[in-house]
Amino acid sequence: MADVLAVAEVKDGVLQSVSREVVSAARGIADSLGGAVDVAVAGDAGAAAAGLGQHGADRVLEVEGAVRVDVRAAAVAELVRAQGHGAVVFAATGPGRDVAPRVAAKLASPLLTDVVAVDVDGGEIVATRPVFAGKALARVRARGAPALLSIRPNVFAVADAPREVKVEVAASVSEVGGGYRVKGFEASSGAALDVSEASIVVSGGRGMKDPENWHILEDLRDALGDTAALGASRAVVDAGWRPHAEQVGQTGKTVTPKLYFAMAISGAIQHLAGMRTSGVIVAVNRDADAPIFGVADYGIVGDVFEVAPALAAAIRELRGQ
Amino acid sequence: MNITVCVKRVPDTATRIRIAEDGGGIMQDGVKYVMSPYDEFAVEAALQLVEAAGQGEVTLLSYGPRATGETLRSGLALGAHRAVLLTGEPDMDGWATARVLASELAESDDGLVLFGIKAVDDDQQQVGPMVAELLGRPCATAVAAMDVDGGVATCRRAVEGGQEVVEMDLPAVATVTKGRYEPRYASLRGIMMAKRKPLVEKPAAEVESGLVLEGLTYPADRPQGRIVGEGTEAVPELVRLLREEAKVL
Ligand SMILES: Cc1cc2nc3c(=O)[nH]c(=O)nc-3n(C[C@H](O)[C@H](O)[C@H](O)COP(=O)(O)OP(=O)(O)OC[C@H]3O[C@@H](n4cnc5c(N)ncnc54)[C@H](O)[C@@H]3O)c2cc1C
Ligand SMILES: Nc1ncnc2c1ncn2[C@@H]1O[C@H](COP(=O)(O)O)[C@@H](O)[C@H]1O
Repeated sequence: MADVLAVAEVKDGVLQSVSREVVSAARGIADSLGGAVDVAVAGDAGAAAAGLGQHGADRVLEVEGAVRVDVRAAAVAELVRAQGHGAVVFAATGPGRDVAPRVAAKLASPLLTDVVAVDVDGGEIVATRPVFAGKALARVRARGAPALLSIRPNVFAVADAPREVKVEVAASVSEVGGGYRVKGFEASSGAALDVSEASIVVSGGRGMKDPENWHILEDLRDALGDTAALGASRAVVDAGWRPHAEQVGQTGKTVTPKLYFAMAISGAIQHLAGMRTSGVIVAVNRDADAPIFGVADYGIVGDVFEVAPALAAAIRELRGQ
Repeated sequence: MNITVCVKRVPDTATRIRIAEDGGGIMQDGVKYVMSPYDEFAVEAALQLVEAAGQGEVTLLSYGPRATGETLRSGLALGAHRAVLLTGEPDMDGWATARVLASELAESDDGLVLFGIKAVDDDQQQVGPMVAELLGRPCATAVAAMDVDGGVATCRRAVEGGQEVVEMDLPAVATVTKGRYEPRYASLRGIMMAKRKPLVEKPAAEVESGLVLEGLTYPADRPQGRIVGEGTEAVPELVRLLREEAKVL
């Protein structure tokens, strides 16, 4: 019997929705291990985290002041040591990827990142994760405890497993090494929602012809609501039309949205590597032989400059906007 | 200031990956190996930093099979000064790899150790920060650009919605992503000179892996999709399918 720690994600004091997936995955593991689910929450999001009881959390452990990554890592490692968790689940998001390896090193445990499925076999965690940018899946067993894993956003179903949650304040963190200072933040012009976390992605390729044309895709994104984000092919990023943060593919982000739009993207193998596990793929391309149609669930052969605005309008109409 | 860059030899991103019959690995024939693309960014960052400082040397460090020597030579041809190859077979356990690399780096007094943000084979994004923990040094991840001045590295991190600026006291560790650094091409002279640069090969420290690979499989094939139609006329049908069949709108 062992408890599982779910590391919730908080941004600017706000609990992020991916935390629900993290708790749901932790619940599944805890049920197999016969243990409870603790949630580690940094900062003052404890009250919001109590809502995670809906998805199977038994106890929320607030860690005061743990915002900086090295402090968060020390706090989580201390919790795991003190409580003897058998497994720790992170989100494979920017902040999750930053903190998880530090925790793993402090606990001298291996870490499985970007996990898309997990089971428990003989008391050990066996996780499935993509390798070679999604060209293959590896099933990997973690020997010994604790087993650390980070789960890919949008893959794990949110569980409906309501229970009473206790909210406790965990011991504050002891001093960490230092030598690391956050000096500032410069917002980019792009939207705040990262392409790897969005549930709908609208990606544009070289066929968009000019960065000036991106308002067409921005409009489609806006029509799709606030869980949609823009993505891009590498050709577009290399041309300096869009920031690298938006690049989807082997040398960009791997995305698993519920709905992916490939707009004027040819579908090179390195691009497919980053998006082929999306739920539903829609492609718009004027070349009927473009390889993207080989992975698309629905395709329209046509001029993106005509189809994209019509699509945005039709979606707006559907949503009654 | 001297800099070490950790680089990994990985299958070229355009390579078709074919799983061996027993599922225990990939078939090697026909696979072209290259330096992981993000490690190329890290090498470029290191070269630019020593060039800007007007002094300092760049060491490349890799843990891998003997054929990795070829990958290291390609990095020496770009301008790195020396290379160290720790021979062995790394597996997916980044924590094991981190310990191998850290045991070599413990002796080093280089001001910076740079990594790629991720190796494009196992895609773990973990070895850099783990090595930093083992060495007890600060670590900035996802660094798009960095400058060093007076014992302090100022890094611009690519994060959700923008760039975060962090300062680290040296010695420090950073993982590099695409940003300021465009990998240079090797010149003919560089390639010639690389042949005479020191490349030390020694067996990797023995560490035990905490992971067991149970098997590799191909991802499920996507069901054959369909062309809904041509041009704007197909739009209403597409929206209907997305709503009623795929249920995603
Ligand atoms: C090491 C390495 C790593 C790489 N990593 C990545 C990666 O991470 N991500 C990535 O995306 N690529 C990556 N690539 C690049 C990849 O090989 C392709 O070059 C790139 O994806 C092509 O981008 P694209 O589809 O936008 O452009 P193109 O291949 O030029 O395709 C443009 C498409 O637009 C269509 N089109 C043109 N005009 C219109 C119109 N008016 N209406 C509709 N359709 C139109 C064309 O038919 C064509 O299919 C990588 C390559 C290498 C070597
Ligand atoms: N076997 C290795 N030898 C040298 N460096 C490595 C090795 N594996 C990983 N690295 C470094 O660690 C980074 C991150 O790798 P990973 O955590 O596996 O995604 C890579 O970009 C390299 O800089």
